[in-house]
Amino acid sequence: MRLARRSPGELLPLLAIWLPVLVSILYVVGFTLYTVWIAFTPSTLVPEYGWVGLRNYTAILHTRNWNIAAANIVVYGFCFMALTTVLGLLLAVLLDQKLRGENVFRTIFLYPLAVSFVVTGVVWGWLLNPGIGIQKLVVGLGWTDFRFDWLVDRDRALYCIVFAGAWQASGFAMALFLAGLRSVDADLMKAAQIDGAGPMRIYRRVVLPTIWPIFIAVFVILLQFAIKTFDLAVALTAGGPGISTVLPSMVVYDFMFQRGLLGRGSAAAVLQLSMLLAVLLPYAAFRYWQTRRVARNA
Amino acid sequence: MRSTRVVLYLLVTVLAAFYLLPLAVVALNSLRSTRDIFGNGMIGLPHGLELDNFSQAWSGLCIAEHCTGIRGYMLNSMIMTIPATLISTFFGALIGYAISLWRFRGDLWVFGIITLGVFLPEQMKLVPWVLVLRDLGLFNSVAGLVLIHVVQGLSFTTLFCRNYYVGIPQELMKAAKIDGAGFFRIFWRIVLPLSPPILIVTIIWQFTGIWNEYLYGVTFASGPNQPVTAALIALAVSVSEAPQYGVQSAAVLIAAAPTLFVYLIGGKYFMRGLTAGAVK
Repeated sequence: MRLARRSPGELLPLLAIWLPVLVSILYVVGFTLYTVWIAFTPSTLVPEYGWVGLRNYTAILHTRNWNIAAANIVVYGFCFMALTTVLGLLLAVLLDQKLRGENVFRTIFLYPLAVSFVVTGVVWGWLLNPGIGIQKLVVGLGWTDFRFDWLVDRDRALYCIVFAGAWQASGFAMALFLAGLRSVDADLMKAAQIDGAGPMRIYRRVVLPTIWPIFIAVFVILLQFAIKTFDLAVALTAGGPGISTVLPSMVVYDFMFQRGLLGRGSAAAVLQLSMLLAVLLPYAAFRYWQTRRVARNA
Repeated sequence: MRSTRVVLYLLVTVLAAFYLLPLAVVALNSLRSTRDIFGNGMIGLPHGLELDNFSQAWSGLCIAEHCTGIRGYMLNSMIMTIPATLISTFFGALIGYAISLWRFRGDLWVFGIITLGVFLPEQMKLVPWVLVLRDLGLFNSVAGLVLIHVVQGLSFTTLFCRNYYVGIPQELMKAAKIDGAGFFRIFWRIVLPLSPPILIVTIIWQFTGIWNEYLYGVTFASGPNQPVTAALIALAVSVSEAPQYGVQSAAVLIAAAPTLFVYLIGGKYFMRGLTAGAVK
């Protein structure tokens, strides 16, 4: 099948497919490898092609910014995942009660997903600002010593990002859970009820086995979402007060474009990627195991 | 039984109010004067309508020393988002079609590698993009951002389209080939007419994602070339000394309007994209 023997009519499709395919593969593989490689070079403002081994990594791991960011991402990731899952599950269970106006409620719970993180961050920044937001409202209603100033509190500002993130993403968790709840076999439920099984028993034996894989999927999606969080935190706290709410994604940007240290920034980006892989690879293995098991049982 | 229903509706209404709060606050504040907001707080009803906020936000507001409002940034976002959405969707459909219906050796590998792009954080691609944009002379231009979003978008659009086209029966392909139809003829005549559902999902997903994107916009464009998301951040910084909450709320509302509109008219398709592209 040499190219020369093909007519132009056959060549065009080849070109039309392979050009974008090549661009895409170059993008996914080439760009990733390039950043991995830059992390081993002494690059500052422009890429330089020396070799410094792991020096960028050790330097990054010894900065205060990275250490705060690494601690923050653990707290943020866990709290965001927990709060979003709880809210999403609550919404899904509520909407599953054959409510009148279900569509309206669903539209309301999901609209935050259509809005950018920047808008979410800016608006929640106003609402959580003690001088003009919720605190002012409650104080104005007469509860004069009410305080809700987490946004300007070094130890608590991170939870404001958790809060805004959960507001935005919980509708998504709801949608996945709702789809799961609706896929529970109604006949099986009825049969269990006729057999006299109580609600707890039905829940344990019928509902949970159907929806537990959805829990895992939701956890993984939310965690990797947390690791990529950037815009929301920039718009809401910009890393502050001080640097108390920096996240790994912000450290990458800071080193690359504010300090002009491409090598260090790339090392931070690779560290961010490894966090992502630590979440995604076990999940990929789990999914593989699951499909294998289904195939065996079939 | 009756009372549990009442509690149920009460609970779901309270939650709905909580989710609507930010939108309601921005919408109301876009009609309030800054003095009113400053004195009475963010959350409150307007005392008199300040319709001037919108014209101020659109064409008078100062962002990073340019007092031309968000009009130019909205335009940037438009001429970035629309071409990038259409081009990435078109090529995604083409690659998805080739991978799913013209099976070739290694097609699953190609698909696997392309879809890996869905997981990669943007931070991993910043430095290579700097070089590519510099070499192409597209740094600090909307065209550069279009290129980025087309390439970035291919992973998603290919994933969506391939998974849809896999469901097209091979018999249809065989019959078309026997009739002598070639690659493009089958694409135009058979595959595309079957595609509207997935194309709508893909276009909505791409439009929302690109419109709302911030990191690339702020990294690869500056000043008046930035998309509106970056302008909103610059705005928040530049008004921190002399806040203009009313005008700023109007600006936020205008910036969020296109994707909210798309969500309201295409909610069903928006949802499908969400569950299919969940991994983002």
